[in-house]
Amino acid sequence: MRLADRVRADALRMVARAGASHIGSSLSAVDILSVLYGGEILRVDPANPGRPDRDRLIFSKGHAAAACYAVLAESGFFPTSLLDSYCRNGSPLCGHVTSKGVPGVELSTGSLGHGLPVGCGMALAAARENKPWRVFVLMSDGECDEGSNWEAALFAGHHKLDNLTAIIDCNALQGMGEVKDILDLEPLADKWRSFRWAVREIDGHDHALIRDTLNALPVEKGKPSMILARTVKGKGVGFMENKLEWHYKSPDAAQLKQALDEVEKNTRNMR
Amino acid sequence: MRTAFVQTLIEEAERDGRIWLLTGDLGFSVLEPFIERFPGRFVNAGVAEQNMMGVAAGLALSGKIVFIYSIANFPTLRCLEQIRNDVCGHKLSVKIVTVGGGFSYGSHGYSHHGIEDIAVMRILPGLEIAVPADAAEARVLTRVFARTDGPSYLRLGRGREPAVHNSEPALPRGIPAPVKPGSGIALLAAGPVLGNCVKAAEGVNASGLDPAVYSMPWIKPMDADAVAAIAGRHEWLLTVEEATAAGGLGGAVAEILSGLPQPHARLKRLGTPDQILAGSQDQDSSRAIVGIGASELISAMLTLSKHTPPKTPKPADGPKRPCA
Repeated sequence: MRLADRVRADALRMVARAGASHIGSSLSAVDILSVLYGGEILRVDPANPGRPDRDRLIFSKGHAAAACYAVLAESGFFPTSLLDSYCRNGSPLCGHVTSKGVPGVELSTGSLGHGLPVGCGMALAAARENKPWRVFVLMSDGECDEGSNWEAALFAGHHKLDNLTAIIDCNALQGMGEVKDILDLEPLADKWRSFRWAVREIDGHDHALIRDTLNALPVEKGKPSMILARTVKGKGVGFMENKLEWHYKSPDAAQLKQALDEVEKNTRNMR
Repeated sequence: MRTAFVQTLIEEAERDGRIWLLTGDLGFSVLEPFIERFPGRFVNAGVAEQNMMGVAAGLALSGKIVFIYSIANFPTLRCLEQIRNDVCGHKLSVKIVTVGGGFSYGSHGYSHHGIEDIAVMRILPGLEIAVPADAAEARVLTRVFARTDGPSYLRLGRGREPAVHNSEPALPRGIPAPVKPGSGIALLAAGPVLGNCVKAAEGVNASGLDPAVYSMPWIKPMDADAVAAIAGRHEWLLTVEEATAAGGLGGAVAEILSGLPQPHARLKRLGTPDQILAGSQDQDSSRAIVGIGASELISAMLTLSKHTPPKTPKPADGPKRPCA
């Protein structure tokens, strides 16, 4: 199975087992995460997660924890068996991304809008001291409602942090409905460009395109990079795709089986 | 006090290359010496405190010791969740410094009254809190925080505070610093308002009172045994702070006393009430209005002395008194 399919399957099982929310949010991020951790993009060492010159990825979209933990486990940061303990009493794997006791996680998140400012601090430290490592921040589109992101946007643009790349998982849905009906972000690319970021808009499920885009960073020298990844909430499981309720619901046994079967079938079709 | 802080910070930054300084676009004619000396370790984050605190966390996660400077409630209340989740949540070496605690910027109005900070910061996990009373205490505490891992909060006055100590005090962590010996009433004060306590302690001599005075620069940690010992030696503790009477220094002392099994002094907490001051008031006027000016402290002590239980037991048929 490809990494992305293993991550999808893991996330579905984790969420079902824990009776947890946010599977839709996890599924829309899986392809982006799989390319990042696929060995070509992020310069990280699962055997040495604290390596000083590593690239840093912040999961600012902390509610996509199932996908984040799954991609780290499947990449070798910790045993996949730990994933079974997601949201269980005593487990380090809390419902929102947690760094304590979880190798590979740079920052505990969960409250939106915290990741990009922290990423700016990390990027600034590297820039001022000519360190080679890069900073990536995975965000959600609903998260862009938080004003702290725009403070960070000003900061990164002003300080020309071209070692910083933000990726927004734009699945067009948020807590109570569609992004466009709650606080319409469009024109989103224009907004980031006006803050002096260099922007690329891509299909967030096209692995080749994601890879090519992330292999060509910074998008423009002297500017932080913004990748707007247009995605589908619940991607990979037909009955979950674009459905708001899968922000909240946990699949029951029958739904889990149906979902896993579909992921398995997609894997076979890829060969 | 600001100057003492900056001078000490420069000395520490010479010593330790990890020390950085961030400001939220404040510090004009104060921070320039640091900026000139260490331009690569200084950032003006602009009027954007939530991002500034996040940037501080990112720098700290990258191995830096980050001092973050603003005034009144701006580096605390404005970015409280960032302090909670990012700084305290990861036990990061971010040292939050505010200038203008209390009514230092009194006539600027309510937006610039930094009075809720002590109570609010006190309940964040692992965040040490110090409120120096004068430049000497500020020097010591800046040094301590520069050399301590983890989150810290240093609440400074604005400037021209009267010196309380003749030489640099030791200020061991959590321990009240004796300023003047005495008996009966013990004044426990945090911050520059200590100056008013020293004046008031002198002022009541004429009425036969001889209160002790302690500086309480350490809000957190606060050594319970040290406070209990003072409470065991006096009839009244009078806490004085240029901050909310609820939840700050007075609150911390009340929590300690309430848990003591043995009889101890009664407690009177002075600070700002649950009210917003009307109109423009400078620092001295504001202090007087809320009851922490020197004259008001004298009146408070005289009132307390009327309620002090007698040292010898009353006759059996006398009125019952509540336990001390």
